[in-house]
Amino acid sequence: MTEIAAPRAATAAPARMPSTLRVGLSRAALETRMFFREKDAVLFTFSFPIILLMIFGSIFSDQMEGTGLSVSQLYVAGLIGSATMTGFQNLGIGIAMDREDGTLKRLAGTPMPPAAYFIGKALNTLLVSFLQVAILLAIGVAMFDLELPSAASSWLTFAWVFVLGVLGSSLLGVAVSSLPRSGKSAAAVITMPFVVLQFISGVFIPLSQLPDTLARIASFFPLKWMCQGFRSVFLGDAGATLELAKSYELGRVALVLGAWLVGGLVLCLTTFRWKGRRDG
Amino acid sequence: MTTAVRVRGLAKRYGDVQAVGGIDLDIRAGEVFAILGPNGAGKSTTVEILEGYRRRDAGEVSVLGTDPGRPTREWRSRIGVVLQTANDVAEATVRETIRHFAGYYPNPADPDEVIERVGLTDKAGKRIRQLSGGQRRRMDVALGVIGNPELLFLDEPTTGFDPEARRRFWELIQDLAHQGTTIVLTTHYLDEAEALANRVAVVARGRIVAEGTPATLGGRATAKATVHWAGGSEETDTPTKTVLELSRRFDGEIPELAVIRPSLEDIYLRLIEG
Repeated sequence: MTEIAAPRAATAAPARMPSTLRVGLSRAALETRMFFREKDAVLFTFSFPIILLMIFGSIFSDQMEGTGLSVSQLYVAGLIGSATMTGFQNLGIGIAMDREDGTLKRLAGTPMPPAAYFIGKALNTLLVSFLQVAILLAIGVAMFDLELPSAASSWLTFAWVFVLGVLGSSLLGVAVSSLPRSGKSAAAVITMPFVVLQFISGVFIPLSQLPDTLARIASFFPLKWMCQGFRSVFLGDAGATLELAKSYELGRVALVLGAWLVGGLVLCLTTFRWKGRRDG
Repeated sequence: MTTAVRVRGLAKRYGDVQAVGGIDLDIRAGEVFAILGPNGAGKSTTVEILEGYRRRDAGEVSVLGTDPGRPTREWRSRIGVVLQTANDVAEATVRETIRHFAGYYPNPADPDEVIERVGLTDKAGKRIRQLSGGQRRRMDVALGVIGNPELLFLDEPTTGFDPEARRRFWELIQDLAHQGTTIVLTTHYLDEAEALANRVAVVARGRIVAEGTPATLGGRATAKATVHWAGGSEETDTPTKTVLELSRRFDGEIPELAVIRPSLEDIYLRLIEG
C-alpha cells in the first residue's frame, strides 16, 4: 500500500490557458506531420488525380467546336474542382478513424479547445488540397496546353473559389464523419457519394451531356459550382458558351459555396459526436 | 484533509439497464483510491462520469470542486485521464506527442522529464506505432500527467501486462502518489489494488458493496480463520485457542498445521456474488 502523501498544492498563480489559435496551429503541425509520414496514403492521395488527368487528358484530346479549347483543359479544371473537394473525403474518413482509434476521446479529456481540433484539420486540408491543385496545374501546363491566366482578377476568382470550396467541403466532411458506424466502414460510406457527385457535377462528363435531372441534382451540391468557378479561371471567356447557362454565373457560385459554408458549419455544430456510437 | 472527489446518490441508466444505482464516494486529496469490480459492474461508467465524459441521470458530483457535468478548460487542466485503450497518434514519435500535448496546458511538466519518469527515454524518438503494449500504456500515462494534474484517473491501466511490466508500472504509480497526485484507479486485479491503494471500494451491480483499506475490506481482518490439520479442519474466530488445544491433543507438533485467513480475493468474490 502507498503512503498517503501531502496533496499537491494548486499552483500559486493561475497560469493563462494557451490560446485556441496557438493550440490549433500546433494541431495543424502534428496532423500534417502524421499525414506525410503515411507514405502509401500520401503517394495515392497525390497520384490519384494526376493519373485521372493523364488518362482523361490523353483519351479526349480533341478540340471543342468553335472555342479553340481542348477537352483535356476541361478536365484540368474539373479535376482541380475535385481536388478542392478532397477535404470532404479526407475529413469524412479521417475523423471517423479518429473517433474509432481513441483520438477524439483522448482530446476530449484534455483542456484542448474543441475549435483547435477543427482549425488543425482545416489547415491541414487547405495545405493538402493546395499541393494537389499545384501539381495538377503543373501537369496541365506541361502536358495539356493549359494556359495559366495572366489577369489578377482571374487569380482572385481562383483564390475565393478555392478557399470557400475547401472550407465548405471540409465542414461537410466533418458533418458526414458522424454517419459511418465505425472507422472501418468510413471509406465505403464516404467514397460512394463523393464519386457519384464527381460524375454528376461535371468533373468527368460535361454537364451538357447529362440528363437535366442529374444536372439539377448536382446544382444543389458545391462541387458543380466549384468546377464552374475553376472553368471560368482556366477556360476564360471562350469557354463560357459551353456552360448550360451560357455564362459562368460567378455570383451564384459565391452564393452557393457561401451557403454550404454556413450550412456545413451549422450541421457540424449540431451533429458532431466526440464519441463513437458504441460508446453510448 | 480536503476532499478531491465527492459523490452522492449517483445514478445512470442505459435503456433498461441500471448501470449505476446510487453510489456515494468520498476520495481524499492525496490518496490512491481503487474501484474494484467485475466487468459490467458500473465502475467504468462511474469513472467516466467523474471524468466529465458521460452525463449522469441523478446525484451530486464534485471533482476538485467542480461539477464534471459542466467541464471547463481550467478544470480539465487540473485533471489527468488515462483511458482504457487507445491507438491514436500512431505516426508521431513519443517525444513529439508529449511535447504537443504539453502545449494544451497552462502549467505543463517538462516533456523530457515526464518521458524519463515513465521510462521511455530510450524510445523517445520512436513512432508510437512501434511501441509494445506496455510501452504504449506508459506513453498513455505520460500524456495523463503532462499537465501536472492534481487528480489522475487510471482506467484498468495494466490489463494485458506481463508480471514484470505490471510491477514496473506499479512503481510509476507509487512514484506519482508520493509526489502528492490524487489517484483514482479502476482495476479487476486484486493484487494491484492491494499494492497501490490506500482505500478500495468494491462495485457490483451498480452499487458499492464494500469500502475500506485493502487490509480491512469486507471485515477481512476480523473474518473467521480456518485451521487445518491432518484429519480435520475448523472455522473459528479464535484460531490461537484452537491451535493450543490441538497442540495439547497431539502432544507437541500438530501434523500438517495451517491457519488460513481469507485472502482479498476470497472476500472480493464473496462480496460480488452476494
